[in-house]
Amino acid sequence: MPNLKEVRNRIQSVISTMQITSAMKMVSAAKLKRAQDAIVKLRPYSQKLSEIMSNLSGNLEDVGSSLAEKREIEKVLVVAVNSNRGLCGAFNANVHKEVKRLMREEFEGKTVHVLGLGKKAHELFKKADQKIASGDLSGEHYGIYDNLDYEHVSTIGDKVISAFEQGHYDKVVVVYNEFKNAASQNLKTEAFLPVELPEGVEASSTDYTFEPAQAEIITDLLPRALKTQLYKSLLDSHASEHGARMTAMHKATDNASDMLHDLKLSYNKARQAAITTEILEIVAGAEALDG
Amino acid sequence: MQVEILSPDKTLYAGEADHIQLPGQDGSFGVLNNHAPLIAGLKEGTVNLRSGDEEKTFDIKGGVVEVVSNKVIVLAE
Repeated sequence: MPNLKEVRNRIQSVISTMQITSAMKMVSAAKLKRAQDAIVKLRPYSQKLSEIMSNLSGNLEDVGSSLAEKREIEKVLVVAVNSNRGLCGAFNANVHKEVKRLMREEFEGKTVHVLGLGKKAHELFKKADQKIASGDLSGEHYGIYDNLDYEHVSTIGDKVISAFEQGHYDKVVVVYNEFKNAASQNLKTEAFLPVELPEGVEASSTDYTFEPAQAEIITDLLPRALKTQLYKSLLDSHASEHGARMTAMHKATDNASDMLHDLKLSYNKARQAAITTEILEIVAGAEALDG
Repeated sequence: MQVEILSPDKTLYAGEADHIQLPGQDGSFGVLNNHAPLIAGLKEGTVNLRSGDEEKTFDIKGGVVEVVSNKVIVLAE
């Protein structure tokens, strides 16, 4: 039989853990709402932007933009979008696994650098002894989630774009958790550079006047479209993070209450056993006196 | 005409307007009612909006504008 005092201490500690996990769940739920709102707000902008892009160009190669240039792939940059904080289930581990798989399979034998966004990315990739992007792209980018806005993301986007233009990398992919709903995330690997326009997009038949020339507008718009794409990935990842944490904390709270139930049962059993023993002793003592 | 000014973070303006002045890459230009379809690149500057007696200004860092069938959509940064 377990010691009464020990069980009581364990019950106390499980109760306080449960309070923490359920509070974290509540906080994540509130943050998730905000993160989802941000995704919804970006939607009209990104939709319109891709509409205009498809109106502008049937074929990007004609434009000769340096961002659409397909080169022999030797150096690859993988942008791994992680979170700043843990306790969100397999959220960060999934990204890490996917990056390792990409290195092993798709980009085997090529130089792969990783640009980790979020504190967790940095910790994971440093441990794994993987090459972290250097030069302009080095740095920790911890602050990115403190105030996730377009401006901040766009400075990172600019750096990635210029690294591609200067030939430091021949291909850039983004690995992130796409937001599906609060309970599930989709791990997604998206090609970032070189740019590929979605095929089969029907350009509208309206006869537009372009000012300046079509090609010039595209050259100006391409980086914007890319940064919007990156921003969208980050917003998705941010919402996914809170969704994942909510689920993880919900499960933790459930587990804690199961545990509490078991502990209470064994506490009561132990207490009952102690009482029974006491009564037995008293009765035996009384009988001994009578006898 | 209907005007929408969108930025990645939010919708800056949505509503009716009589006249909108935009900082085009080749120089500032204005758009009135029933303008021909147009797609134009924008540079850093201010967008001036007039509807009735009201005037509004927005500072943008660049972007693009699409005008089609009396609808003006400004994608600003």
